[in-house]
Amino acid sequence: MTNHWIDIRNADCILVMGANPAANHPISFKWIQRAMENGATLISVDPRYNRTSAQADIYAPLRSGTDIAFLGGMIRHILFNKKYHESYLAQYTNAGFILHPGFGFTDGLFSGYRSEARRYEKSSWGFVRDKDGIALQDFTLNDPACVFQHLKRHFSRYTPETVSAVTGTPVNDLIKVWDVFSATGDPHRTGTILYAMGWTQHTVGVQNIRAMAIIQLLLGNMGRPGGGVNALRGESNVQGSTDHGLLYDTWPGYLNAPKASQSTLARYHEQNTPRSADPRSANAWQNKPRYVVSFLKAVFGEAATADNDFGYGWMPKLDDDGAYSWLDLFDRMYHGGINGFFAWGQNPAVSGAHAGKTRQALKNLDWMVAVNLFDNETASFWKGPGMSPSEIKTEVFLLPCAASFEKEGSLTNSGRWMQWRFQAVEPPGEAKSDGQIMVELWERIRALYQKTGGAFTEPILHFRRDSFQKGRYDPHAVAKLINGCFEETTTLNGKVYPKGTPVPSFAGLKDDGSTASGNWLYCHSYTQDGNRAARRSAADPTGMGLYAEWAWSWPVNRRILYNRASVDINGRPWSPGKDILRWTGEGTWIGDVPDGGWPPLCMAAQSRLPFIMKTDGVASVFGPAMAEGPFPEHYEPVESPLENNPFSGQRINPAVLICTTDTDTWAFNDPRYPIVATTHRVTEHWQTGVMSRRMPWLLEMQPELFVEMSHELADSKGIKNGAACVVSSARGSVDAVALVTVRLRPMTIQGKTVHQVSLPWCYGWMHPAGGSDAANLLTGSAGDPNTHIPETKAFMVNVEKKDRG
Amino acid sequence: MAGKYFFIDTTRCIACRGCQVACKEWHGLPGVKTRQWGSPQNPQDLGPDTYRLVRFREYDRNGKTVRYYFSEACRHCLDPDCRNTAEQYVEDAIIIDPTGAVIFTDKTRSLGTHAEEVLDACPFNVPRLDPETGLLTKCDMCVTRVHAGLEPICAKTCPTGAIQFGNEQAIRGMAKARLEEINKVRGNTGMLINADAVRVLYLVTADPKVYYEYSAY
Repeated sequence: MTNHWIDIRNADCILVMGANPAANHPISFKWIQRAMENGATLISVDPRYNRTSAQADIYAPLRSGTDIAFLGGMIRHILFNKKYHESYLAQYTNAGFILHPGFGFTDGLFSGYRSEARRYEKSSWGFVRDKDGIALQDFTLNDPACVFQHLKRHFSRYTPETVSAVTGTPVNDLIKVWDVFSATGDPHRTGTILYAMGWTQHTVGVQNIRAMAIIQLLLGNMGRPGGGVNALRGESNVQGSTDHGLLYDTWPGYLNAPKASQSTLARYHEQNTPRSADPRSANAWQNKPRYVVSFLKAVFGEAATADNDFGYGWMPKLDDDGAYSWLDLFDRMYHGGINGFFAWGQNPAVSGAHAGKTRQALKNLDWMVAVNLFDNETASFWKGPGMSPSEIKTEVFLLPCAASFEKEGSLTNSGRWMQWRFQAVEPPGEAKSDGQIMVELWERIRALYQKTGGAFTEPILHFRRDSFQKGRYDPHAVAKLINGCFEETTTLNGKVYPKGTPVPSFAGLKDDGSTASGNWLYCHSYTQDGNRAARRSAADPTGMGLYAEWAWSWPVNRRILYNRASVDINGRPWSPGKDILRWTGEGTWIGDVPDGGWPPLCMAAQSRLPFIMKTDGVASVFGPAMAEGPFPEHYEPVESPLENNPFSGQRINPAVLICTTDTDTWAFNDPRYPIVATTHRVTEHWQTGVMSRRMPWLLEMQPELFVEMSHELADSKGIKNGAACVVSSARGSVDAVALVTVRLRPMTIQGKTVHQVSLPWCYGWMHPAGGSDAANLLTGSAGDPNTHIPETKAFMVNVEKKDRG
Repeated sequence: MAGKYFFIDTTRCIACRGCQVACKEWHGLPGVKTRQWGSPQNPQDLGPDTYRLVRFREYDRNGKTVRYYFSEACRHCLDPDCRNTAEQYVEDAIIIDPTGAVIFTDKTRSLGTHAEEVLDACPFNVPRLDPETGLLTKCDMCVTRVHAGLEPICAKTCPTGAIQFGNEQAIRGMAKARLEEINKVRGNTGMLINADAVRVLYLVTADPKVYYEYSAY
C-alpha cells in the first residue's frame, strides 16, 4: 500500500476491484465502513457478487481478465469529460513530457517489438531531452507529442460500447462506476483503490495496476489521505517478505539482484544507479551504492572490505537472461533441472498454478525439505492421487516449525507497518522457529565447509555471524542488523556514534564500508531509541489516523508515500479536509514525515519534485519500465472464450511468458472448455488450508470444494444446487459441489453468451480424508512478463454433472 | 427492566462468522461434520453444538442481486415463553439471571416429554434438544463472562462492531441512533425487530422474514 489500512477511512470513494476484503481482509472492513459513515461510496467490481459487493453502494460485474478494458474506459471517461486534476497532473507527473518522435502504437503493438524474441526494444519509449539531459515538458499538456495527448489517443478506442462488449459489464454500470470514481478528481475529494490477487494473477497483472496508477495520477489521488494504490496482501507478512528480498530479482530494500555480467561492484553500480541532470529531481535512488555496500557489510561483516568489493563477488548472480520465479522454477524442476528443494511454509502442490505439473515436477527431485506446521499435499506428494510411491526417488524431510504465536519477531502488514509480535507459548514438541531452524542448519553447513572445504567456500565461511550467538536465533539481534549499525566510530550531524551503535536512519548509510544495514528501507526501525516496531502509542495529533507512534512504517516512519504530492506548490494541502502535511512557512513541515524535508516547490532552487524515487522526480503516466508497453493495453487472457481480441490483432500479451512442456496445454475459444473460470479465497480457510482444514470449527463452515455458478448455467447442464460436479480444463479436472447462485450471471461478450464459474483454491486431497482436491489442478503455467506471476484468475473450463455410475 | 442488551446491526455484518466460531470456542463446542449443501451457511441449522449461526439468504430483485446475513442466537426475551412453559413442569429448569440472560439449567433434562413443548414455545425457533444428554441448549449470553465484567465472546470478536453489548440505556440509545442514521441514508428502510420484547435488538433494512423465516414474530 502507498497508504495504510486506517487511511481507508479518509476516502470519499473506495473502489474494490480484484479483491474481496469483506471475505479476505475482514478487519479492514471497519475502516471501509467508517468511510461510508462519512459519506463515502463503496464500489465493488468483480466477476462474482461477493461479500464485498453485498456491502457496496454500486456493484458491477466483469469477465475475469478484462480489467484493463474496464479501466481503460475509465481513463477515457476521465480525459474526455475533463475530470482530471489538471495542476497536479501537469506539475507532479510526466503527463506534459514530450515523447520521442519514434514512439508509436499500431494494432496492439508499441514501437520496437521484436516478434522473434517476443519482447520490445525500447529505445523509442523515451522523452525528448535538452542538451543538459532535462526532459522537455509542456505544462499546458497541449503539445500533440506530449504524454497526455498520446494517452488520449491511446485510450480513445476504449468507448463504453467497445469496453462493454469485452468485459460483459452493462454500459450503464460502466458509466456509473466511471462517473462516481472520476468525481474524486475534485481536489476536495480523494478515492482509493483496494486490489489483491484478482488483479495481479493475470498475464497482464502488472498492467492492471499500472492502469489504475494512471487513473490515480489523473485524478490527483496519489500521496493523499484517502487515496493511493493499495494492495491488500494475501498473507500477514507478504509485504515484509518482499521488502526483505524474497523475490529472486531483488536484494532487501528493492535493490537489484546482480547479474552474471555485472562482474564487479563498479559495473553493478554503473548499471543500476540512476542519474538525473534535473536539479529539481531528488533522484533518491542515486544513493543506491550506499545501501548496496551497507547490505554487503551486513552479509559479510569485517570480511567485506573496499579491496574485495565488499564481498560483492561472493554473492550469487542471476544469469543475464535467467528467470527464477515460481513458474520458471517448477518448469525447470519438471524438466529435471533441480535436485533439491526447500518448501518452507508453502504448499505448492495445492497453491501453484497447474498443480498437476507441480506434483509431477516434485518427482524429479532427489530431496525435499518441507518446513511446516502440518504434513501437507507437498510433503506427502509421493502418496497423493495417481502416484506410485515405489517409483518415486525423492527423499522428503518434514521439519516441524513454530506457529506465529510460538515465536517472537516482526511482520510488516499491507500498510508497510512493521509490527513487533511477542511469543505467547513455547512451540510444541520438536517444533522450532523458522529462524532457529535456519541458524542450526547454517551452523552445520558452515562447520562442514570449514572441515572439508569445497568449491567456493568464501561466501559461507565469511558470512557474518555476530547476530547468532551460540547458535541461537535472536530476533532482536537480527532486527538490529536489518536496521544497521556503524562499523567504525562515526560523527554524524555533530553526534558521535561509537562502533556498533545503530545507524539512526538511512541518510546515515555510507558506501565506504563504515556502515552495515541488512535493509536500508528499515534503517530507523531499531535504533538507540529502541525497537520502534514495538511502540504502542495511540496518539494521533493530525486526527487523520496516522498514529505515528504505533509500530513503525517504512521508510523512516512515513505513513503515506509520496505525501509531498498531497500539497500544492506552496506546501498547502490541496484541500483543508485532506491535511496530513503542510509547510509552516518557518522552514518545517508538520504532519506526516515528508518525502524529504526540502521546502515546497514554490521555493524552486531549494525544493525537489515530490516523487523522489523516480529519476525525473515526477510520477509516471508514461511507464517505459514495463515489458509490454508504456501504456496499458487490453489483451485477452491466454485462455479466453474469444478467438480474437476486439481491441487489436494481438490476442494475448505480446511479451507473455508461456511454459511449453508436454503438460502445458491450452484452450481458447474451444467448445470443449466454453466457461470462463476464476479462483477465489474464502474467509474460513487460510491459503491452501494446511492450518485451517485441520481446524474442525473452520472445516464445518467450509467443508469441501465447491464451484459457484449461475442458475442459467446449472439449468443448461442439468446440475442441481448441492450436486456433485466435475470441473475440467485442458490440464486437469477436479470434483466439486455445485453452489448455484444469483451472485453469478451469464454475460454477453461480443454478442455471445458466456458463463463464468469460480472455485476456492484452499482444498487438497490430504485432509479431510475423502475430501476435495485442489482447484489449481485446472490452472495453467502462463505468466506476466514483468513479474512471472501465474495467470490463475482467468482460465477456461467445462463443468458437468458427476457421473455416479 | 434494566439488565444487559445486545444490538446486532445487520448493516455492518460482513458474514465473516467470527461470532459463530468464537461461540464454539468459548463454550467448548465441537465442530460438526458437514457437507457443502449448496450454501455458505454451515452447519445448516442451530443445534446442541451450535448456539450461534450466521444465516445466509440471497435474492434476485429485478435483476439485481441482494444478500442478507443474520447472526442468529437466543433473543433473551423479557418475558420468555420457554421459561413460562418449562416452569409449569420443572421449577427453575429455565431461569432468568440478574443480567437478564435466559439460562437453561441442568434441570431441563428433567422436562422429559415436555421438552418439545418448551422448544415449540420459542417464537424464534432457537432452542434445541441434545439427544445425547437430554439437555435443552442455546446461547447463554456468556453469562459467566458478563459476571466477570467481560462482554460476550461474539461481541468481543466481531471485527466491524456489528454485535454490540451493554446496559439497556446504552444499547437502546445506540440502536435508536443507528436506526435514524440508516433511515436517513437508506430511505426509511430500517427497523428494529421485536424491540420491546427482547434483549437482542436486530437492526434490519428489509422485511425480517427475508433474512430468515423465524427472525421475527
